[in-house]
Amino acid sequence: MKPARFDYIRAADIAEAHEALSEHGNDARVIAGGQTLMPMLSMRLVRPKVVVDIMHLPALRKIEASGNEIRVGAGVRQAELLAWPGLAENLPLLKAALPWVGHAQTRSRGTVCGSVAHADPSAEIPLSLLALDGAVELSSRRGRRRVKAADFFTGMMSTARAENELIEAVFMPKRQANTGYAFQEYGRRHGDFAIVACAAVVAATNVRLAVGGVADTPALRDFGALDGKALDDALNAFAWELDARDDLHATARYRRELVRRMGRATIEEARSCRA
Amino acid sequence: MPRLSAEQRHTVRLTLNGRAVEAQAEPRMLLTDFLRHELGATGTHVGCEHGICGACTVEIDGSPARACLTLAVQADGATIRTVEGLAPEPGRLSVLQEAFRRHHALQCGFCTAGILMSLDNYLRRQPEPSEDDLREFLGGHICRCTGYVPILAAAMDAARRLRETPSDA
Repeated sequence: MKPARFDYIRAADIAEAHEALSEHGNDARVIAGGQTLMPMLSMRLVRPKVVVDIMHLPALRKIEASGNEIRVGAGVRQAELLAWPGLAENLPLLKAALPWVGHAQTRSRGTVCGSVAHADPSAEIPLSLLALDGAVELSSRRGRRRVKAADFFTGMMSTARAENELIEAVFMPKRQANTGYAFQEYGRRHGDFAIVACAAVVAATNVRLAVGGVADTPALRDFGALDGKALDDALNAFAWELDARDDLHATARYRRELVRRMGRATIEEARSCRA
Repeated sequence: MPRLSAEQRHTVRLTLNGRAVEAQAEPRMLLTDFLRHELGATGTHVGCEHGICGACTVEIDGSPARACLTLAVQADGATIRTVEGLAPEPGRLSVLQEAFRRHHALQCGFCTAGILMSLDNYLRRQPEPSEDDLREFLGGHICRCTGYVPILAAAMDAARRLRETPSDA
């Protein structure tokens, strides 16, 4: 299993990456950590003419606090965010979710933005970004725009990124006061793709659950102040609306049950860590 | 390194087990094939070639990583350690390798190079691992022979010995 031939551009600056993307469009693929692109190249699920390497751009390798948000650049590896000293204080949801992303041996290379770009429906980082009301910063030769996570994930492995655009960073809102965050996942083994993953954000007046691994994109629901049996009923309705399907790993029914039970457990865990 | 043409071979320079080396690679060449075919370092094994099995795990710039999920041209300028770099001298195994032998932590040996590279890195960062930590870390590797139990035993034994005489790493 070897990739088909492609030209390789090690971008010297962001402008060069933009230029390659606007020249080649869909025939170009950006490589950062390579942990999702490389398998796709080797299996020849993608056959770009040009691969643009952005890992040598210091400007993209930063984790920055700006206002109420944390900006994670496209060159930041998952292991680097996990080791960031401000993680627990600013992004407790990511602190809980990142250890579920692949294995230590892939987090060492894989980037946060690469996972967002790939948009696997069972991936933990897109799910967390959605649960937090995060956003994606896209840039091209023509300019720059910001797309909310809820609008960014448009389908299975498809996103709102235009073919000339580079994902330059993601923005994740900092921990809010009086709000609890929790993440839970079920897979056959730790490190496998999630059968169902849940991210909960519980504030004074709202209970939020985001679910990955069930629909074509991560899905989010706000339950307001619901609690008790009413919350269980609403979770049940949510589970049915996600239109789960049977596959090799689990039946649709099993996935719905996980949404109902693990979803509730994740909400209760988040409620218990409201600070 | 500006634009490298798909059709041509390009010089890639890196540090392999402490030695500066260079060879030629097309842009599409995987680091696994570069190590094995161009540099002759066949200790790194090629399993699934899509990042699942962990057989090709090497250390890139101080972190364990899949060589099959890295392009040779991406590794230009990198510092790489492979299983050939573990033994302190010819005829002598590292503490971890010796523990693998003592505990029969390999049978066919196909996965072993990758597991050794992962564990070697892990035990240097985490000298007092719990068995649970190690189990989770070994989750990044597939072994179809041993059932993992002797691998865990070897890793725990190596960790203990390394704590007693760290200079023997």
